[in-house]
Amino acid sequence: MGTRLWKDPVNIIITGVGGQGNVLASRILGNALTAKGYSVTIGETFGASQRGGSVMSHLRVSEKGAWSPQIPRGGADVVVALEPVEALRVLVRYGNPGVKVVANTRSIYPVGVISGEQNYPAMEDVRAWVAELSSASWFVDATDAAMRLGGPIYGNIMMIGALAGTGALPLDRGTFEAVMAATMPGPKLAANMEAYDIGVAMVA
Amino acid sequence: MSNLLNGKPGESRLFMGNEAIARGALEAGLNIAAGYPGTPSSEIIESLARLPKEAGVYVEWSVNEKVALEVAAAASFAGLRSICVMKQNGLNVASDFLLHLTGSGTRGGILLIPCDDPGALSSVNEGESRAFAKLVEIPLIEPGDFQEAKEAVKWAFELSETLRQIVMVRSITRLSHASGSVVLGEMPKREAKAAFRHNGFVLDPMEGPVLSAPVTYRHDLQQDKLKKAKELFETSPFNTYQGPEKPELLIISTSASSLYAKEAVSLLGMEGRVGLFKLATTWPLPSKLMAQMLGKAGRILFVEEVMPFTEENVKVLAAEMAGTLGVKTFFGKRDGTIPMTGELNPDIVTAALAKIFGIAWTPQPPDYAQKAGQKAFFGAPGRDLTFCPGCPHRASFYSIHSVLARDAREGFVCGDIGCYSMAVLPSGFSTLKTLHSMGSGTGVASGFGKLGPFGLNQPVVSVCGDSTFFHAAMPALANAIHHKADILMVVLDNSGTGMTGFQPHPGLSRDAQGNEVPALDIAEIAKAMGATVRVSDPFDVPGTQKIMHGLLDNVPGVKVLILRQICALSPEKKGKRKFDVMVNPEVCLGESCGCNRLCTRIFRCPGLVWDKARGKARVDEVICAGCGVCASICPVGAIMRVEAE
Ligand code: SF4
Ligand code: SF4
Repeated sequence: MGTRLWKDPVNIIITGVGGQGNVLASRILGNALTAKGYSVTIGETFGASQRGGSVMSHLRVSEKGAWSPQIPRGGADVVVALEPVEALRVLVRYGNPGVKVVANTRSIYPVGVISGEQNYPAMEDVRAWVAELSSASWFVDATDAAMRLGGPIYGNIMMIGALAGTGALPLDRGTFEAVMAATMPGPKLAANMEAYDIGVAMVA
Repeated sequence: MSNLLNGKPGESRLFMGNEAIARGALEAGLNIAAGYPGTPSSEIIESLARLPKEAGVYVEWSVNEKVALEVAAAASFAGLRSICVMKQNGLNVASDFLLHLTGSGTRGGILLIPCDDPGALSSVNEGESRAFAKLVEIPLIEPGDFQEAKEAVKWAFELSETLRQIVMVRSITRLSHASGSVVLGEMPKREAKAAFRHNGFVLDPMEGPVLSAPVTYRHDLQQDKLKKAKELFETSPFNTYQGPEKPELLIISTSASSLYAKEAVSLLGMEGRVGLFKLATTWPLPSKLMAQMLGKAGRILFVEEVMPFTEENVKVLAAEMAGTLGVKTFFGKRDGTIPMTGELNPDIVTAALAKIFGIAWTPQPPDYAQKAGQKAFFGAPGRDLTFCPGCPHRASFYSIHSVLARDAREGFVCGDIGCYSMAVLPSGFSTLKTLHSMGSGTGVASGFGKLGPFGLNQPVVSVCGDSTFFHAAMPALANAIHHKADILMVVLDNSGTGMTGFQPHPGLSRDAQGNEVPALDIAEIAKAMGATVRVSDPFDVPGTQKIMHGLLDNVPGVKVLILRQICALSPEKKGKRKFDVMVNPEVCLGESCGCNRLCTRIFRCPGLVWDKARGKARVDEVICAGCGVCASICPVGAIMRVEAE
């Protein structure tokens, strides 16, 4: 095992909208932490995952063994939001004054907004609300940066990099690279590592 | 490649509960796996189906759960090791055969693995598999975490062969679909040789015919097996106790609820006051162990999902042993300390514990909770589930809905289980008016179709998917045809079990392991059964509606309309667009559209956006899948489509 955890378990929530690659992001992160010798438990909401619903992955990182796959109320240490208003939704149940939030700025509109029945808030408002409800927050243009790298999916790797950059988890570049090389070998590795580095820099 | 074979024995890997179950079966020398897809169980069969040929495991998605159990049982009769996997409601389908199988007994190790869905996160029921174990008198094991899921499966195979009886290993969503660290074990080298011995003495369990008769003899035998299981359960390594010798309260928990209980005790810092008894062998209960545990404390709290299964069984034991154990105070579902229905979580268990001990418990500072709630109420618009962009179901239901509305006789649709169940929601134009089990749309319709003489003069329509057609709708269709029910059955044929991730079914030409197999033609089957059959492409909206009107108006008896179009997410279709679509702002009537924004308010494909600023509809090219259907929806022809390159 590497570094001692600053608390046990460390609770991370990755949230987004079905189809954004939530499950893959939590898997990669979980694999990297397992490789470092930590015991990882991930709870996932499936089912709605491809049908426009809100999705969440709960990650518990521990030195002691398995924890509940559902984080208790008010128990999130870091919230990673692949979609900005999902951060807000998660904070209602799992937030606390000490929570840190990393949010992607790219919006995905719910059907109700698309059809004109609901309103989607202005990004400045979302930023201000999340800032008020957290001890530190970063809004990053991960999707835009990812498009420049070759596709929106790199955005999730950037968000993992940003999470690592917050220092909430004992995640280092070397382990991450080794896990990426094992799960997605080939030419994509360099781009993925670039995405990771961009992510780390985004919260610096 | 399958994730199941990565890594060496002794290595720790992150496994989904379903993968841990599959790996456990492999470490036990699994030969045959059969199941029917259903969340949260599907990944067990899927991960096994992806094994390379050399692994020597035969894996199939059977036509339904009953046949899956029959397939797995045959393997056991021939001396092989097998598993049968399904979601909770599937067990009802399999239960007729199960009842008789438990009477006849089994040979090679065989496990029944139902995955329940407390809270109905991806179901239309909260069914309990555990009650079946008691009902059909077989042993039941409920693993409490990921490592244990793997180990318990291995151990259950031994148990099954010791008893010559099928053993149930029950999982739930929060185990099956959660992931945790699992240390890998050795993979065995097992010689598998199948032979079915049937010429021995009629009562010989290993050499005679396999029957549940003579019933009284075999039923007694079955009870003996249960007694044996109970003895073996007394020393099961999966029942564990953690806590002080004499706790003020004993928590008895099962499955993932044990993790919630552990969390609750830790949150309240009550490790020194509360004992945690994690019970994995939930039927039959090991009475000596239970007596020892119940002896620890005067107060007992049960934490389990969904029904008070263990609670009630333990209470029977406690009543029998009251003479020696004394009177206990019980908390659980029956006294309302824990809610009777729905999914549990650490918060519910913590609140229960706090209440019993009279401790105040506020997980979030109240002002924080209030502030966050307010912001999210205005700032986080809800996300209704909807059919995917380019989904054939949206087009199909739009047509069914429009045809029935125009018909004006208050026709209705009897629904069925699949992605298309979402047609109970506005995204499916709230078209479905009954929704129950697999194949029941057509069965219920068959009944409605005979109510004409009693005055029912509404058109009766049923829907079912292609996988559902084979699973359970064929008997319903036979019934309707034979009894001359007057119904229209619409088969939403999207070439796969879309809901659960494109598992194959008998209508397709590839099986679970990718082998070429004969595909059964739904249209030919329905024709041979005697229905009037039509086939249409749901993306041809006017054509489909015309056929529907024709069938409803002019054809008596059973009509089958097959709406054939591949699922928008299917591997062969994903990312390919047939049309480039755009809204002509000159033609779009916007707010003054006579249809009151038919495209975005009613049709609601996520690819069609209502542009508030301009007061016009617009196509979002990133989301639009290019199906071209919306071009037929707009009454003024403002949505234009051209064939994509
Ligand atoms: S695109 Fe057609 S249906 Fe939609 S608002 Fe414009 S005119 Fe009405
Ligand atoms: S063509 Fe129209 S109906 Fe089809 S996906 Fe695009 S916006 Fe939706």
